[in-house]
Amino acid sequence: MFQIIKKEEMAKGTIIRFDIAAPNIAKKVKPGQFVILRVNDTGERIPLTVADKDEFAGFITIIFQVVGKTTALMRSLNVGDMIKDVAGPMGKPADVEKIGTIIMVGGGTGVAILHHVAKAFKDAGNYVIGIIGARDKDMLILEKEMAGFCDELVVTTDDGSYGLQGFVTDPMKKYLDERDDIKLIYTIGPIKMMHFVCKITEKYKIKTMVSLNPVMIDGTGMCGGCRVTVDDKIQFCCVDGPDFDGHKVDFDELEKRNSLYQQDEKESLLFSIR
Amino acid sequence: MSHEDIKNMKSKTFLKTYCPHCHQSFIKDTKGEKWAKFKSSIKQNDLEVEISPYLEASDRKFSIPVKDGDQLEDLICPKCNKSLISEESKCEECGSAIGQMLVSADSKLIPFSLCTKAGCQWNGLSKADIRKITPKIKRQEMPEQDPKMRVHNFDEVPYGYTTETAMLEAERCLQCKNPKCVDGCPVNIDIPSFIALISEEKFDEAAKKIKETNVLPAVCGRVCPQESQCEELCIVGVKEEPVAIGRLERFVADYERKMDLVSMPHIGSKTNKKIAVVGSGPGGLTVAADMQLLGYNVTMFEALHEAGGVLTYGIPEFRLPKSIVNFEIDYLKKMGVRLELNHVIGQTLTVDELLENFDGIFIGVGAGLPWFMDLEGEYLGNVFSSNEYLTRMNLMKAYKFPEYDTPKPIGNKVAVIGGGNVAMDCARTAIRTGAKEVTIVYRRSRTELPARIEEIHHAEEEGINFKLLTSPIRYFGNDRAAVKAMECIQMELGEPDSSGRRRPVPLENSNFTMDIDMVIVAVGTGPNPVIFQTTPNLKRDKRGYIVVNEETMETSIPNVYAGGDIVTGSATVIEAMGAGRIAARAMHQKLSGAATKTKEEVVGVS
Repeated sequence: MFQIIKKEEMAKGTIIRFDIAAPNIAKKVKPGQFVILRVNDTGERIPLTVADKDEFAGFITIIFQVVGKTTALMRSLNVGDMIKDVAGPMGKPADVEKIGTIIMVGGGTGVAILHHVAKAFKDAGNYVIGIIGARDKDMLILEKEMAGFCDELVVTTDDGSYGLQGFVTDPMKKYLDERDDIKLIYTIGPIKMMHFVCKITEKYKIKTMVSLNPVMIDGTGMCGGCRVTVDDKIQFCCVDGPDFDGHKVDFDELEKRNSLYQQDEKESLLFSIR
Repeated sequence: MSHEDIKNMKSKTFLKTYCPHCHQSFIKDTKGEKWAKFKSSIKQNDLEVEISPYLEASDRKFSIPVKDGDQLEDLICPKCNKSLISEESKCEECGSAIGQMLVSADSKLIPFSLCTKAGCQWNGLSKADIRKITPKIKRQEMPEQDPKMRVHNFDEVPYGYTTETAMLEAERCLQCKNPKCVDGCPVNIDIPSFIALISEEKFDEAAKKIKETNVLPAVCGRVCPQESQCEELCIVGVKEEPVAIGRLERFVADYERKMDLVSMPHIGSKTNKKIAVVGSGPGGLTVAADMQLLGYNVTMFEALHEAGGVLTYGIPEFRLPKSIVNFEIDYLKKMGVRLELNHVIGQTLTVDELLENFDGIFIGVGAGLPWFMDLEGEYLGNVFSSNEYLTRMNLMKAYKFPEYDTPKPIGNKVAVIGGGNVAMDCARTAIRTGAKEVTIVYRRSRTELPARIEEIHHAEEEGINFKLLTSPIRYFGNDRAAVKAMECIQMELGEPDSSGRRRPVPLENSNFTMDIDMVIVAVGTGPNPVIFQTTPNLKRDKRGYIVVNEETMETSIPNVYAGGDIVTGSATVIEAMGAGRIAARAMHQKLSGAATKTKEEVVGVS
């Protein structure tokens, strides 16, 4: 059993932040890794990327968007409540080293993970340019935290209610046009967004890492539900990823698989409402 | 009949004895013990004689003190009070008068004689005589749930033996002096002994006999491929069907559990040494039980939220009820084994970290990385690996959706690719969860199907189709990117390959398309990479499995042992248990030996 020790609602309650007491995982988890969580005995196993940790206090931070039955159930939990199972860390950590200037591009809830990885890149001595986007001002998360360590930070909203109006790819393109010292793009967000980012950076021939978060059950390489085609080979996000070279990922396949599961998600939520 | 004949007789034969006059049985059951009872007298003192009806148990009881050599004056049936003394013959051994009675081995009765001199041997039957009068008992069938009914539920299919059928089946065992069946068992269960105990109605003792070498009899009795192990070598099987060893094993284990006769075993003197078992599947459970019994402190680490490994996530409820798996795991916990769930070794803790805290480690993580076939369209929705499909259904209980949150994969026309036990499990799960048509697609012919015969039989009964000598080559999706059809090619069998099975060769221009809306790929698994990512010094073979010393199961890292599928590739539950047993024995030898050495060193220094 894992206790929730802090809860924070973000983006008008559509995104939730939990600090969960999990000392063993907190000791081990590195930026980019995730945990598998099961709320109760009848619950499903869902993967959630770790947004932060405190190994001394022994907790991990997860930030999730309420999209389905399980996340809706999780929103109803409060400080002191228990989560039945948290297993991890899972996946390979992000490959963080000192390489120079990098752009970190995050969208939606992806910013939660992005900020953990971005901080690590900054700590490794890189010049970090952050670009984060959201649908509107209310949906924007972790701006302050990102601003705290990014050397430059650009915020975009789809409707222009805050920051620049447009998509994260607009300022990214501008940077790529203006600067020639960018060594790496690291992006996390909706699959469509990551796909766009990769399409653009491919033209500039700049290495781009994406962090994928598809449906999975066990998170240990057992089920193959999280398979994705990378460089024409089947890879499992849970054990071979979640980070992959974005230029080699078959995004068309990934989007199709993902859209199918989103329908399942809606049905599952419908059942929970009944 | 001479004593030589007696020596040839089947050991511990139960001799049902009857009066030749009134045909009533002499056998009396007192306090669970069986005795043949007679009336007699010595020096005009009335006497009751009780004789063990088991061959070789030559116990005799007398109601008044009798010395060896005393002569019984008569031998009288307690039921009809007629004398049993024969007027024609005398004891071959001592020449005394003999009492005549009838001995039955089931339907036939034959004369049998007993010496009246106290302390003299029985006169008995020859083994050949016994065989002659023993009517052939057919291999006992287990009653099963009707196929029409069971395709609508997840209840176990066979109901198991009753005490009567189990005892009948047990009588079929020849009690071979040099039993071949034991050699066929990866953990060398003393099969004749436990079967003999069944025929003596000592079911709980039979269970304990099995447990001397196998910690999971209820599981193995259900899922072992007996037909290619113990039962394949059974001598009875040369001429008729072999003794149903697996069903008997299942019977005694179930009997012990259901009658609440499971008792805590004696645990050896405690050491302060600690053992880490990585993975709680059959291999891990065996090592944990063995080492705990030897007095070690065992901690078992499991990555998932439930223990049992393949027994929990893989084998469906209707073949292995989870209540049985949980019972066995609870038993280990009661023995003192610590269980740490949600621990991914290689991530949450590394092997190196375990080595700092434990004296010995056993890695039994299984071969849990599913293989796909690299076909076009394999990414499509409703194309599952068998692992994903079974994990959803068994571990996550998706078949109970929406009571459980994990969505149930739904297909009307389901194709299962592969012909092993896992393929059968998937097909039979699919038919139980509403599929209208389920087809096993296998590239070789029927004789090469690797699944247990019983599972193939069950699948057929439940209406599963078999498309043999066929292999998929491409999947087609609908506009939602869910699979809607597959293109297949027919095969023929060519020359045998390295595994000895004939290699399937595609037939040109034999392509055809099948409409399907779900595919389950059950073509095997490979080694899971997680533990190796943080343990690069663990030596592996070309295929990626852990290299061990086969005598000890020790890996390239001292005090780290491994066994089961992560060493051999996909194999059986019992083979993993066999490997676990070898590892536990070697680990104990090394760790206890090391302890003595340390002591000597200490003594040497002082």
